[in-house]
Amino acid sequence: MLKRVHFEPSLLPYLLVAPQIIVTIIFFIWPASQALFQSMLVEDAFGLKTEFVWFQNFEELFADPHYWGSFQRTFIFSFLVAGLSMSIALLLATMADRVIKGSGIYRTLLIWPYAVAPAAAGALFFFLFNPTLGFIPYTLQFFGYDWNHKINGDEAMALIIFAAAWKQIAYNFLFFLAGLQSIPKSLIEAAAIDGAGPSRRFWTIIFPLLSPTTFFLLVVNVVYAFFETFGIVDAMTAGGPANSTQILVYKVYNDGFVGLDLGGSAAQSAVLMAIVVALTVFQFRFVEKKVEY
Amino acid sequence: MASVTLENLQKTYPNGFKAIHGVDVDIQDGEFLVLVGPSGCGKSTLLRMIAGLETITDGSLSIGGKAVNDLEPSKRDIAMVFQNYALYPHMTVYNNMAYGLKIMGLSKDEIDQRVKNAASILELTDEQLSRKPRQLSGGQRQRVAMGRAIVRKPSVFLFDEPLSNLDAKLRVQMRVEIKQLQESLGITSVYVTHDQVEAMTLGHRLMVLNAGNVEQLGTPLELYEKPASLFVAGFIGSPAMNILDATVAEDGKSVVIGTDTVLPVGANGVEGFDGKPVKLGIRPEHLEITPGAEGALPLTVTLVEHLGADTLLHGHFGNDKTDLTLRQSGTHLAKAGEVLPITITPNHIHLFDPETEKRIDF
Repeated sequence: MLKRVHFEPSLLPYLLVAPQIIVTIIFFIWPASQALFQSMLVEDAFGLKTEFVWFQNFEELFADPHYWGSFQRTFIFSFLVAGLSMSIALLLATMADRVIKGSGIYRTLLIWPYAVAPAAAGALFFFLFNPTLGFIPYTLQFFGYDWNHKINGDEAMALIIFAAAWKQIAYNFLFFLAGLQSIPKSLIEAAAIDGAGPSRRFWTIIFPLLSPTTFFLLVVNVVYAFFETFGIVDAMTAGGPANSTQILVYKVYNDGFVGLDLGGSAAQSAVLMAIVVALTVFQFRFVEKKVEY
Repeated sequence: MASVTLENLQKTYPNGFKAIHGVDVDIQDGEFLVLVGPSGCGKSTLLRMIAGLETITDGSLSIGGKAVNDLEPSKRDIAMVFQNYALYPHMTVYNNMAYGLKIMGLSKDEIDQRVKNAASILELTDEQLSRKPRQLSGGQRQRVAMGRAIVRKPSVFLFDEPLSNLDAKLRVQMRVEIKQLQESLGITSVYVTHDQVEAMTLGHRLMVLNAGNVEQLGTPLELYEKPASLFVAGFIGSPAMNILDATVAEDGKSVVIGTDTVLPVGANGVEGFDGKPVKLGIRPEHLEITPGAEGALPLTVTLVEHLGADTLLHGHFGNDKTDLTLRQSGTHLAKAGEVLPITITPNHIHLFDPETEKRIDF
């Protein structure tokens, strides 16, 4: 065992960590605890009186079929966003890894979408897919498909999944590319000498060795799909049509700030927080066991 | 079992850099050929061309009489041991060795038998077979890498500096093991190293490469006794051969170092260099300290290295302070600053043309 180094007691270390702790308290601990407290309050629409109701908000929430519908949508949405963006990013990264000439330009271009704000990405897709103005519905018409995500809920869901995944591909690409480049070339060569063809090399050597990256990205992407896709949903579908794209994080906003049910909204965000914590714990406990470091 | 034939093998990279300038060699069945040279001389490139990991720009390569220029590495019936071992980190040692066999489509029993057999040759225990490579020491990883090559029962072994990541003691031990293994299996082997001791001890024949050119091809003793060029003379042997400026006498019968030291050349002298300057090579072990001898070089000692069995004396002589190293067996208690009379054993001198740097035969 290493002996711990002892310093004279001093204020300096506390001062040095203070900014970080203050930021965490002000922007996370305090609002989170406020939300937890608020989830047990019922307020009238004018904010004139508040009543402490213990877990009544939660009881109402879990009895609400709309909430369970939103739950289900969120899981489908997150699963597809994470799956789609990670698999496309991995495909692009594998191809970029092989590029020799002009690789710098190619990579930079692939990273650009990450710099686009979610709302801007939403606007971009809004125009691309707009049933009256958009290029894509216009093209689809030639194939006899009538795209209108403003009346078709499944199309609306497909649209936000596509937009949210597109936004995240750049980020995943960056990590996959770094992961691929850290795999020693000699391993691939050894496998080639052992007689493994390109796809076998990928699935038996490269993919297992990428597992730390894949695992990290899984955690990040699920959190992304749960929380950070608000801007995309708001700009493109605003939860519609008929709530078909109302994922949990959007419902929190909608019930709280549009419906003015602050207590119910706070209860939802408490549940959302619990879900993400649970998912992350699950990923670390069970998925990580399959990871090769 | 197979011979390997290289005919005018060349490699030019897309950027125009010519890495290999045409190599010809016929490696016999069961032979151990060592490619040796300094960093960047193209020896690894040449090995990788044989393996199929680098494309061949020109010339032909055949293994076992079959042209393999355009064959995939896996179709060439070779096995390669990499410098960093290239073990699959996520597989157990057993699976590392079995990986290629599974791809070959062998039965489970056959795979098991081959892996167990290789493990017993390399003295790997069952317990070690179930471990991951990172849980093994450097020497054990080296053995696993060898095992992965053996189980495939290839016609040719290729080694790319396999011992350079080991410590000095282990390197000597593994060197002996590789040599014994190659002899008992009788598999044609090509071995790349920059370490001339490894090269001398392992190879039946050595190929010295310099900047993509073959400087010399021959047995270790041929290279030691008759280096074909100044480069080989300086590269083979440790410490390196001393190279001195000398002049051939007008009659060609002797060479003169400075003004006083006159050495007879062979029985009949040297032809075609009468009165011309040459480079004279003499190995440190072929210098003697001879008090009172005529024409001795006065060596001012600058550094003494005690190796135990031998003593190395570094110093210089003459007005231009030409460096000279000599090896004395046993312990020699000379001190820095001392001046010793040195004589050169005439029948061990080598002469080189200063312009072409090639050996002058006499």
